[in-house]
Amino acid sequence: MRIRLLAALSLFLATALPAFAQLTIEITGAGANRLPLAVADFAGERIVSQAVTSVIRADLERSGLFRLVAPGTVALPETATPAYSEWKERGADALLAGSVNAAGEGRYETRFRLHDVQKQGVLGGLSFAHGAAQLRTTAHRISDFVYEKMTGERGIFSTRIAYVVKSNGRYELQVADADGMNSQAALVSREPIISPAWSPDGGKLAYVSFEAKKPIVYVHDLASGHRHVAANFKGSNSAPAWAPDGKKLALVLTKDGNSQLYLVNADGSGATRLASSAGIDTEPQFSPDGQSIYFTSDRGGSPQIYRIAATGGEAQRVTFEGSYNVTARLSPDGKSMAFIARNSLGRFQLALMDLATRQTQVLTDSAKDESPSFAPNGRSIIYATEIAGHGVLAAVSSDGRVKQKFSVQAADVREPAWAPFGK
Amino acid sequence: MKKISLVSIIAVAAVALGACSSQPPAPEQKAAGVEDRSAIPVNNTPAVQPVVPAPLAEDSGLAVLKDPKSILSKRSVFFDYDSFVVKGEYQALLEAHGKFLVAHPALRVLIQGNADERGSREYNVALGQKRAEAVKKRLLVLGAKEDQVESVSLGKEKPRCSESAESCWAQNRRGDILYSGEF
Repeated sequence: MRIRLLAALSLFLATALPAFAQLTIEITGAGANRLPLAVADFAGERIVSQAVTSVIRADLERSGLFRLVAPGTVALPETATPAYSEWKERGADALLAGSVNAAGEGRYETRFRLHDVQKQGVLGGLSFAHGAAQLRTTAHRISDFVYEKMTGERGIFSTRIAYVVKSNGRYELQVADADGMNSQAALVSREPIISPAWSPDGGKLAYVSFEAKKPIVYVHDLASGHRHVAANFKGSNSAPAWAPDGKKLALVLTKDGNSQLYLVNADGSGATRLASSAGIDTEPQFSPDGQSIYFTSDRGGSPQIYRIAATGGEAQRVTFEGSYNVTARLSPDGKSMAFIARNSLGRFQLALMDLATRQTQVLTDSAKDESPSFAPNGRSIIYATEIAGHGVLAAVSSDGRVKQKFSVQAADVREPAWAPFGK
Repeated sequence: MKKISLVSIIAVAAVALGACSSQPPAPEQKAAGVEDRSAIPVNNTPAVQPVVPAPLAEDSGLAVLKDPKSILSKRSVFFDYDSFVVKGEYQALLEAHGKFLVAHPALRVLIQGNADERGSREYNVALGQKRAEAVKKRLLVLGAKEDQVESVSLGKEKPRCSESAESCWAQNRRGDILYSGEF
């Protein structure tokens, strides 16, 4: 009996596995000074189903920081010395060359070298051993290498994004690669799922699920599919945020009336009150150093962002302009804060505040922005918005220049959460 | 109890699936040539195993609660914009439910608060909670016991009406009363 039930369930899970249509990414704005780069075809890359270089080119192009120079049709292995003057003539400052070699038993070895065309020298190179299934992953690793060498910042091409897709009254919590490919469903439900938050080690998601007709906070281990309840007290349980050490969650409980901030251990034990107000306190978010918690409160009459020490105490108001500032998200370096501000026309827009100077810049011109999340390198912010009545995700660089749109055909996408760097 | 065991079975199934689908880690291989570095093994992106929530039982034994001729079939309390005050027009409705709960001490109700679509999802969960709490307080004043009434919020996640207009938003600023078996 048990075995038969297990088999039946496995089947159901298996059929539930293929996610909705792929997340498609469209570039809607690019950086001012893009670095001219040529990615030559890799020698031997036609032996595998998908060209490694097409993935690398798409990655770097999508970043908005590179201008791809036409590479020609001749493959260029990493072992060859390129004709630098020719590449210079084509306008490339840098050149990526490489090869894919069969290593037997379905294994491959992909090697590359990044050239400085101007200085006529090698900037670096690596070699990866992989199977056919890790072709895209290998390409993303190469993109990360190129990105870091050329910009001095870590690339995010190997990271993942969690988000919720709603279609025909069905909700899926999905996890996809940063390029929108390889999406997998972590949770499928007839009831809403909101507020996914990555554990600092990138292995778990905390989220709010309404599957029991009320909001309950779960912690879900992605690799095993095991999850446990982190908070299911009387009333609503919501807005989970991980402490940087991954041991605690800040979240919102209503067991004593209004929405108030609590800390719980990640296993759901030891709930303690963090702050008290007569009104609403919600949307906690730890600063990267773990010392403070930013949150939304209407204690001053309108929803504004406040900060409190992670050990509790007196709260300080952070936002003063306008009558609606919510959903604080700290940049990975802790220096700036993304949030959603409602302007005088009633439009909800993504804004970025420099915490030292309090200078604030509105980054979008849309009207229904919500749920911002920083890329782990801090360079861009992904958020949910609406285009022509459809829920889409969008990303904008912290200087407001580079813009991308992420959408799923015939479905609403919302609640993005960019995963931390893999360990 | 039934739900817990089903979830654990799903977890077991998910582990079983995971065991089939994951691949052994790639062995390290030596690479010739490039920068004299050994090849870095690339593993699969970690697999993600899905969880499907268990369905909830749907069974209400008390027909009067669904009888359209009874005021007890009316379950919704609507609120003004940015307001959490239960309006006078709902007095009769709430008195009926309050009396019914006093007469049936074994019954429990779940009050689901809702908010319109404007603004942050989590802030709207908090706004919906305030509405549910306002309805709960009235029922307690009318004699219902604390352990009979739970107030929760669906925020803006379950709109009854989905157009961006005030007429629609007004329908979504709402508290709904659900009886045992309905949630």
